[in-house]
Amino acid sequence: MLEIKNIKKSFGALPVLKGVDLQVNQGDVVAIIGPSGSGKTTLLRCINYLETADDGTMVFDDESFQMQKVSKRDVARLRKKTAFVFQNYNLFQNKTALQNVTEGLIVARKIPKAKAVQIGKQALDKVGLSDRYDYYPSQLSGGQQQRVAIARAIATNPEIIFFDEPTSALDPELTGEVLSVMRELAKEGMTMLVVTHEMNFAKTVSNKVIFMENGCVVESGDSREFFEHPKEERTKAFLQTIHDTMSLAS
Amino acid sequence: MVGSRLWELFLDSFGKILLPGLTVTIPLTILAFSLALVIAVIAALVQFANIKGFQQIARFYIWIFRGTPLLVQLFVVFYGLSRVGLVLEPFPAAVLVFSLNEGAYCAETIRAALEAVPSGQLEAGYCAGMSYLQTIRRIILPQAMRTAFPPLSNSLIAMVKDTSLAANITVTEMFMVTQRIVARTYEPLLLYLEVGLIYLMFSTVLTKLQRIGEKKLQTYAHKGG
Repeated sequence: MLEIKNIKKSFGALPVLKGVDLQVNQGDVVAIIGPSGSGKTTLLRCINYLETADDGTMVFDDESFQMQKVSKRDVARLRKKTAFVFQNYNLFQNKTALQNVTEGLIVARKIPKAKAVQIGKQALDKVGLSDRYDYYPSQLSGGQQQRVAIARAIATNPEIIFFDEPTSALDPELTGEVLSVMRELAKEGMTMLVVTHEMNFAKTVSNKVIFMENGCVVESGDSREFFEHPKEERTKAFLQTIHDTMSLAS
Repeated sequence: MVGSRLWELFLDSFGKILLPGLTVTIPLTILAFSLALVIAVIAALVQFANIKGFQQIARFYIWIFRGTPLLVQLFVVFYGLSRVGLVLEPFPAAVLVFSLNEGAYCAETIRAALEAVPSGQLEAGYCAGMSYLQTIRRIILPQAMRTAFPPLSNSLIAMVKDTSLAANITVTEMFMVTQRIVARTYEPLLLYLEVGLIYLMFSTVLTKLQRIGEKKLQTYAHKGG
């Protein structure tokens, strides 16, 4: 459904992505993990054209695109089939929770307002915010804001949702409520590409893992296989560090 | 008694000064400031959106109107332009100059406010499937106008007082009427204090309105933590 080949991106003289391949099939939950600065977020942003890649091809729904020269029209079309959840939520500050969800439906997809409101309420109900329709983002906790952002994402009925470190700005308790919503989505078969530091999520929810470092994919594959029998030395070292940190914490 | 004569003059002239305040100063301010806002939003947006060509025009316009005295601009438009056959009535000339002058200042206020909206808001608009213009109109501009509201109120209050300069191009507003009464009665201290008091009344009302407006806009204000 989504296939990326040889994506490259530099910021000035600094290469951030050095030829990354990626494949997502329908119903996949793919976790992209790796140390900070490895290019995970940039990869995700290039896939949704928030950054323009220097090179690479994308196949989405059997349609092929040259990533460095995609027309505005194609970008707009692609974005309407996808959704993006940001690390810092990026809810529209001047809109209520419900308006945040309906805005993209009414304005971008020309869905009649009454219908959009109905879809919006359903989406908010689903993430457990049926009592927060008319709250502004500034009146919501971080976890609630991120759940509104997820409601905004699912309301458009996207083919895939991109998550950029969706829990990194949240404390552990709030992280839990966001992860459980994502777990629900995964169960329902939503296709998701998730940049995350939550190893537990990568381990238990995702079915595929991609481990990145220095702009390259070090290792990727089936989640269980990845965590139980990592092949690369670098992956083993990374998982060991995380394991040690976790046992220190507990 | 000197005191009672002055008091009578004060009361007698109060209505005479207030009337052109209501019929000239306030309409002039409202008209000019509304136009100024339209000009300012356009001049700010073309700069914010980096529209080539228009961006230079906006910068040039702001450079000229911020860089020369308001009084000089009034004289150039009212007295000067008649030399090249462009004769304007005093009131329209005043509206034109005040709106262009104020527009230049407000453009910078609004541009700064646009730039203060986090870039994630635009990206979120894109990701929701909205176009650049849709996101600007529905998400970015409303947030920017909220930020710009206090400094714009400042500009409005300044403009109410600056309209007194229109007396110099024969607009019969409050200050000109006051000057005429002074010429007749030789009581400059009393009458100029009186007109000052009326300007202060106008500004006080606007300050109150600003408070109310800010409170209304507070609903989605950013809170810390």
